[in-house]
Amino acid sequence: MTTQPYLKFEQVGMSFRRGQMATEVLRDVNLRIEQGEFVSLIGHSGCGKSTLLNILGGLLKSTSGEVFLEGKVVDDPGPDRAIVFQNHSLLPWLTVYGNIAIAVDKVFGSSKSKAERHDWVMHNLELVQMAQAKDKRPHEVSGGMKQRVGIARALAMQPKVLLMDEPFGALDALTRAHLQDSVMEIHARLGNTVMMITHDVDEAVLLSDRVVMMTNGPAATIGEILPVDLPRPRRRLELATDAEYARCRAAVLEFLYARHRVPARAA
Amino acid sequence: MPATARAASVAAATPVPETSAEIVTFRPPVRPALERALEMARHVASVVLPPLIVLSITLFVWQLLCSEPGARLPPPTKVVADAWDFIADPFYDNGGIDKGAFWQISKSLGRVAIGFSLAAVVGIALGVLVGQSTWAMRGLDPIFQVLRTVPPLAWLPLSLAGFRHADPSALFVIFITSIWPIIINTSVGVRNIPQDYRNVAAVIRLSWWEVFYKITLPATVPYIFTGLRIGVGLSWLAIVAAEMLIGGVGIGFFIWDAWNSSRISDIIVALVYIGIVGFLLDKLIATIGHFVSHGVSAQ
Repeated sequence: MTTQPYLKFEQVGMSFRRGQMATEVLRDVNLRIEQGEFVSLIGHSGCGKSTLLNILGGLLKSTSGEVFLEGKVVDDPGPDRAIVFQNHSLLPWLTVYGNIAIAVDKVFGSSKSKAERHDWVMHNLELVQMAQAKDKRPHEVSGGMKQRVGIARALAMQPKVLLMDEPFGALDALTRAHLQDSVMEIHARLGNTVMMITHDVDEAVLLSDRVVMMTNGPAATIGEILPVDLPRPRRRLELATDAEYARCRAAVLEFLYARHRVPARAA
Repeated sequence: MPATARAASVAAATPVPETSAEIVTFRPPVRPALERALEMARHVASVVLPPLIVLSITLFVWQLLCSEPGARLPPPTKVVADAWDFIADPFYDNGGIDKGAFWQISKSLGRVAIGFSLAAVVGIALGVLVGQSTWAMRGLDPIFQVLRTVPPLAWLPLSLAGFRHADPSALFVIFITSIWPIIINTSVGVRNIPQDYRNVAAVIRLSWWEVFYKITLPATVPYIFTGLRIGVGLSWLAIVAAEMLIGGVGIGFFIWDAWNSSRISDIIVALVYIGIVGFLLDKLIATIGHFVSHGVSAQ
């Protein structure tokens, strides 16, 4: 292990310019994430969480500061930072299998044989329990299943960091709980580094090793980082009465609703 | 970022009770075959009967209006009687332009096939260009918007002047008539490709060419086929009109020829044929579009 962190945000800032108006969305974001860590980003709507994730994903270029992954500057999108999009972003004309294969064929086209790629697609479908629906098209499966495929597509790229942008935001509570359990199980098995955006306090505490809380924009930054010191595997039923869980939950709620409530719209 | 604050779910951390109810599979009752057949028949009747009734009433009123002596247009019964040769044998060929309905329509359809195929290829290519490049759009869009309002027949003298022959001129009229909706719909389709798809392409690092044929084309197929459907309809309208002027074999000139020899009944039959063929062309493109936008995949 090196002393250099696996993933590092250094003085990251972002301003959007529209004509004469410049809006500063992020300022001086500094964050270090170790390999295998599960980190959640939580904050009110519009605080720049997605912007930060998109900078790490390479879809946006920060206006100041840098992001380093394994010591290398991140400046373009790539499969080593696969993204699970909020609205799954599956290609509707491809089957479930095809949606994963398009990524696998591109990323491993030169390093794996055709048969190996097929096995790898099926392996990832099995990981999210979607192998039986491989020939269905996205519109033929439920919202939760679509998001499972989105997760499988991202995992299939073997990313160094898995980015999840409110992955369960569009799902009903029961489906969300199911998928959260799946994600925890996969994280336990594969030990991947994950950065997830969420609005949901319970989700953040349940899944994360650390919860990164963002202040309100404009010029949002990291307000506080809460380590969640709960043993894994975590089970939601047991945690409901756990004192440490309650304490973490209270700490996040306190940050979001007492110290950084959404400023009055009239201001 | 959507502003869906889920404050409600924040407070929902109460333990979930275990379920203890027995699970019973629900079996929908199987209905007897007779009942299902009856329902099918009722469904078919509800689709087929209304147009049949309206058609009968129309024919009846037409018959009434045109039956009195001195009527300018023939009633349906007279149309069928007068034009019986034309209806009964679509395959006759007496040489020259005296051919049956099948040959007349095939000739026109052949022209549409060539002109429309050219328009489809060029139109889709231009549409993708205009959709993808802001520069191309700013430069070309005003020209398209002006040119597309020019009526098909207004192009005919110009193309006759340019080509010096009737046939290529007719093809050009079809081409220039049907290309605009194809260009415009394709470019709208390309511009409307969701950012999500582009993000996916960026993350897996598709090359320019891969983005084009793996993302842009399939994502635009429904728009392209909307353009093709409008285009094929317009080209069928245009060819019938253009053929009246250029002469020779073709359903358009057949009508003009019938008018010159006062065969009004033949004109009416030809109009019915033109309508049916236009309808079938539209359905054909719609069906291909349905098939392609669903089946462009898996590889």
